[in-house]
Amino acid sequence: MRKTLLDSLRGPLTETPPLLRDGEAADLARAVDRVARRRLGRSLAIREVDAGSCNGCELEIHALSNAFYDLQRFGLNFVASPRHADVLMVTGPVTTNMREALERTYNATPNPKWVMAVGGCALDGGIFAGSYAVVGGVGEVVPVDIHIPGCPPPPADILRGLIALLEAAR
Amino acid sequence: MTVTQLQALIGAGKAVENHRPVPRAIVSESTWREAIGALAAERCSLLGLWATPGTVHMAVCEGSEIGVLSLDCADGHFPSVGARHPPAIRLERAIADLTGLEAAGAQDVRPWLDHGKWGVRRPLGDRIETDGPPPPYPFLTAEGAGLHQIPVGPVHAGVIEPGHFRFTANGETVVRLEERLGYAHKGIEALMAGADLERAAKLAGRVSGDSTVAYALAFARAVEAATDCDVPPRALYLRALMAELERIANHLGDIGAICNDAAFAIMLAHCAVLRERVLRFAADAFGHRLMMDRIVPGGVGTDLGAEDVTALRGLIKTIRRDFPRLVQLYDRTASLQDRTVGTGHLRPELARRFAPGGFVGRSAGRSFDARMTVAYPPYDALEFAVPTRAEGDVNARVWVRIEEVEQSLGIIEQILASLPAGDLIRDIPARGGEGLALVEGFRGEVLAWVRLSDDGTLAHCHLRDPSWFQWPLLEAVIEDNIVADFPLCNKSFNCSYSGHDL
Repeated sequence: MRKTLLDSLRGPLTETPPLLRDGEAADLARAVDRVARRRLGRSLAIREVDAGSCNGCELEIHALSNAFYDLQRFGLNFVASPRHADVLMVTGPVTTNMREALERTYNATPNPKWVMAVGGCALDGGIFAGSYAVVGGVGEVVPVDIHIPGCPPPPADILRGLIALLEAAR
Repeated sequence: MTVTQLQALIGAGKAVENHRPVPRAIVSESTWREAIGALAAERCSLLGLWATPGTVHMAVCEGSEIGVLSLDCADGHFPSVGARHPPAIRLERAIADLTGLEAAGAQDVRPWLDHGKWGVRRPLGDRIETDGPPPPYPFLTAEGAGLHQIPVGPVHAGVIEPGHFRFTANGETVVRLEERLGYAHKGIEALMAGADLERAAKLAGRVSGDSTVAYALAFARAVEAATDCDVPPRALYLRALMAELERIANHLGDIGAICNDAAFAIMLAHCAVLRERVLRFAADAFGHRLMMDRIVPGGVGTDLGAEDVTALRGLIKTIRRDFPRLVQLYDRTASLQDRTVGTGHLRPELARRFAPGGFVGRSAGRSFDARMTVAYPPYDALEFAVPTRAEGDVNARVWVRIEEVEQSLGIIEQILASLPAGDLIRDIPARGGEGLALVEGFRGEVLAWVRLSDDGTLAHCHLRDPSWFQWPLLEAVIEDNIVADFPLCNKSFNCSYSGHDL
């Protein structure tokens, strides 16, 4: 184990943070009010809610924690309860069977709070839109502040969105 | 030549034309009951149980032989399979929810996928509009002094799919676990009906995102069987290459995550780096990290260039260099072994009865692997072993994954050495027919069954995730374990919620 531990100290794998796209932070700044910025400082607690995704988005959200993206260096942490969260990261087309759980999770999250919808399904139901079992987008159930497109969005895109949220909150 | 029981069952019915590559027969109620007897006696194992309007279908396997038995349900009932063969119970509850066909004699008639929130009942049968609050869902009971319940989910503490677990515990010891699933139900079978092949393939690739390659492959093979269409040899090899990359990536992620659930985070850190390298190769070579939508009916929509081959050889070299040391770290850390050895033990008789695929079955004495048993191309031309263990605990499930990673690396090297040149895709003729395919995904065999209309669109598509026969066993293996070992057991199973919920 010692050798594996020592070897992991050889040069980091962690990559430079992705650049924000034009206007990305500005758009969010409008959504993040001044009081909230003071309160949050430079740290966000994220509660992930799978509202019926295919689990592809979850794989890429997991990847955010690997050594290449190293989400925690930005002060971004996944937390176990909505009670501890600033941001709800929601995936999936919102199945009718998950609608109530999403609403209750949102209501359990203290203000100020933001909702990040991740993936094509989370925008409008994606390929599952129109099904009897699907509400069709996170915005149909809770207010959405930022949407990350992609099926699933690569980790760098999700990271870019989170950094934009942080920049706006600073 | 002796006639197998399956051949006799199929022979007793009326053969259906244009069902490929395995036979399907419309059988009488008495033959249906005989089939249930064969399943209950474990002479055959259940591969799938689903319904089309007015008819229920059972896919059965005996050794390497596969067949489908269909029973027309004139009065909306069929003799319950689950009453004598428990692996069918949840499939029957799902059939009742989706189509209204009821299993006569079934003991558990609670709804399964239908939580009373669709606004409609029997969406695949004679639809009935509904509204009003959902009916209460009674959980199974456990009674005794000092028992308490722990409800968990559908929103979990980690980044996990939605599902509900109802634990009854005595102090730290789990007395009963009951799962309630269906939260991720998206109505995929209904969306498939009437879809063209392009849309249907995309839907199939999104049944369970971690197995997108396996699902796309199973769907494509079922369509190709239904239309009697051959796939170019190069496409067959590229499909297998993608399937093995998906297997390696998922196994690496699982091995790390299982150790992490035993609070041994360094394994997750290193395994996640290797997994990321695989996904980055996939993005560079095939244009998508998870290789979604790259396998399509008729062939593949992507090629492997000369630079990609070099990059892939480099990737294999990196994994071969780094992975054995992680395996050694896993194997030589006593505190970690203390958590995984003997935990979540799956009894061999349960493994025989439920016939789970993947590492759940192969870590408890089973050997079924569709790549070997069905031997679909190109696996019939490749050399590989199917690693198995007998112990049935978390440790055995880790080891089967470890050894499968090694096998998959060998398969990829053979593919690179013998990759044929030529076309990537062939047109699928627009014609009717029925096809069944079984494809080995990372967590077990995915079953795809399609019925195509004469214009080439989907009349019906049923996709059965390996998790159907694994989820019930998770309830069994956690009994008498401590609550704190549940994440470890759950991760070692890593069942799909979305794939199961459809």
